[in-house]
Amino acid sequence: MRDVAVIGVGCTTFGEKWSSGFRELFIEAGALALEDAQLSGEKIDAMYVGNMSAGRFIEQEHIGALIADYAGLATHHIPSTRVEAACASGGLAFRQAVIAVASGMEDIVVAAGVEKMTDVEPGASTDTLTGAADREWEGFVGATFPGLYAMIATDYMHRYPLTREQLAQVAVKNHYNGARNPIAQYQQEITIDTVLNSTMVAEPLRLFDCSPITDGAAAVIVAPLSRAREFTDTPIRVLASAQASDTITLHDRRDISTLDATVAAGQRAFRMAKLAHKDIDMVEVHDCFSIAEICAIEDLGFCRKGEAGKFTADGETALGGRIPVNTSGGLKACGHPVGATGIKQVYEITQQLRNDAGKRQIDDAKIGMTHNVGGTGATAVVHILGRC
Amino acid sequence: MTVARFWRKIPQRYNMIGTRCENCGRHFFPPRTFCPDCRRSGRIVDHKFAGSGEIVTYTVIHTANEQFEAFTPYVLAIVKLDEGPRMTAQIVCRPDEVKIGMRVKSVFRRIATDGESGIIHYGTKFVPVK
Repeated sequence: MRDVAVIGVGCTTFGEKWSSGFRELFIEAGALALEDAQLSGEKIDAMYVGNMSAGRFIEQEHIGALIADYAGLATHHIPSTRVEAACASGGLAFRQAVIAVASGMEDIVVAAGVEKMTDVEPGASTDTLTGAADREWEGFVGATFPGLYAMIATDYMHRYPLTREQLAQVAVKNHYNGARNPIAQYQQEITIDTVLNSTMVAEPLRLFDCSPITDGAAAVIVAPLSRAREFTDTPIRVLASAQASDTITLHDRRDISTLDATVAAGQRAFRMAKLAHKDIDMVEVHDCFSIAEICAIEDLGFCRKGEAGKFTADGETALGGRIPVNTSGGLKACGHPVGATGIKQVYEITQQLRNDAGKRQIDDAKIGMTHNVGGTGATAVVHILGRC
Repeated sequence: MTVARFWRKIPQRYNMIGTRCENCGRHFFPPRTFCPDCRRSGRIVDHKFAGSGEIVTYTVIHTANEQFEAFTPYVLAIVKLDEGPRMTAQIVCRPDEVKIGMRVKSVFRRIATDGESGIIHYGTKFVPVK
């Protein structure tokens, strides 16, 4: 297997982008990534595109070809493949690109993610997201996505010492980071009271415990490490790529408050990279809801089960803490265009490792991790990236 | 949900007909047609569930998908059935009544309506056992 490096990254701003359509979004992200790698389009050997539900959001399928076409690559006939695993689609697209290069089949591969979510009514977008869970046996009976994560929160708070204020601190910390990220959907700091006074969505989760509906796209370019310096002075090495699955429904899980897919993918990634938790300088985790970040920190092993609330309240996951979590603002503040999120995580870690993260820069960042989840934990994908 | 998609699951949704593996004895609701433990040596047969169990975890939904907006706030829970499997269902009770560990039994109820002229979806909810 060949070593793989990230040689270029690009990301649109995230938000409710009324003047940009699906095509404009991915072209903007792709162009930024190519420019970053000082690469011309005809050098691309293959593309993988993470997208959850263009079929429902914009009634468009066959987006692999659509993207290749609008990227001006139709006449080059490059293979372009859509990858879908609900909210983990982007992470999986990155993993497919890494595998393609590692195997020796392809050299220069684009991994992109895109979601245009605001061209349907808000009710239709939340209903589409319910399809990431079990439509027949969860959605049909009245489960919503926040409702499923709320049931994780109820179980967690029944068994472990997590206060409502500690849970709110996850969103407060992510908004603090988002306020320092120029691409973030929300660049305002909030307080614990902002969270506790917001609209109830699914008890105990309120509006500010939930990630928003977002439009956005991100793209990264990977190449063999041996060729990386042809394109950039600051290649970022892919140290591990791991993926795991679990039951599609929350009710079938071994433990409601543990995402076993995250545990498995995390352990595999640490083994593959031959690294320990103390080696990781920062991690982008999948905080689709505040409780999801609490579970992720524990399931990845950065603190013990039941301790993430105190760990967060003590500032250990903040900028300057023991393990900064979601320096981008996470899904909560940076936004969550579902198919693009996994690629944006790689974008953020690359910014950090290149010392390009501005006001949210982690001092002397050498190694970072990304964690992307599909559904309530039926898919998890973890990557470890390092400075060369 | 189209008529055919709803109609083919009527025995499961109305009467809690799940499945059981005769090889290992494990029960499945929602039903499975392939035993994940015995795999190809499994022998799956229908099994009528008693409809009693207890609440594992719950939430109260305040912001619902369109079909369920008229019901908010409503209680949604994971119920562990006495035969072993767990399922997601609504609990017909006041939001302040629901508790982890509460005993519940199944009832036949209207779940949702497909618009004004669409089919009415019936299925299983649970009520507290007093």
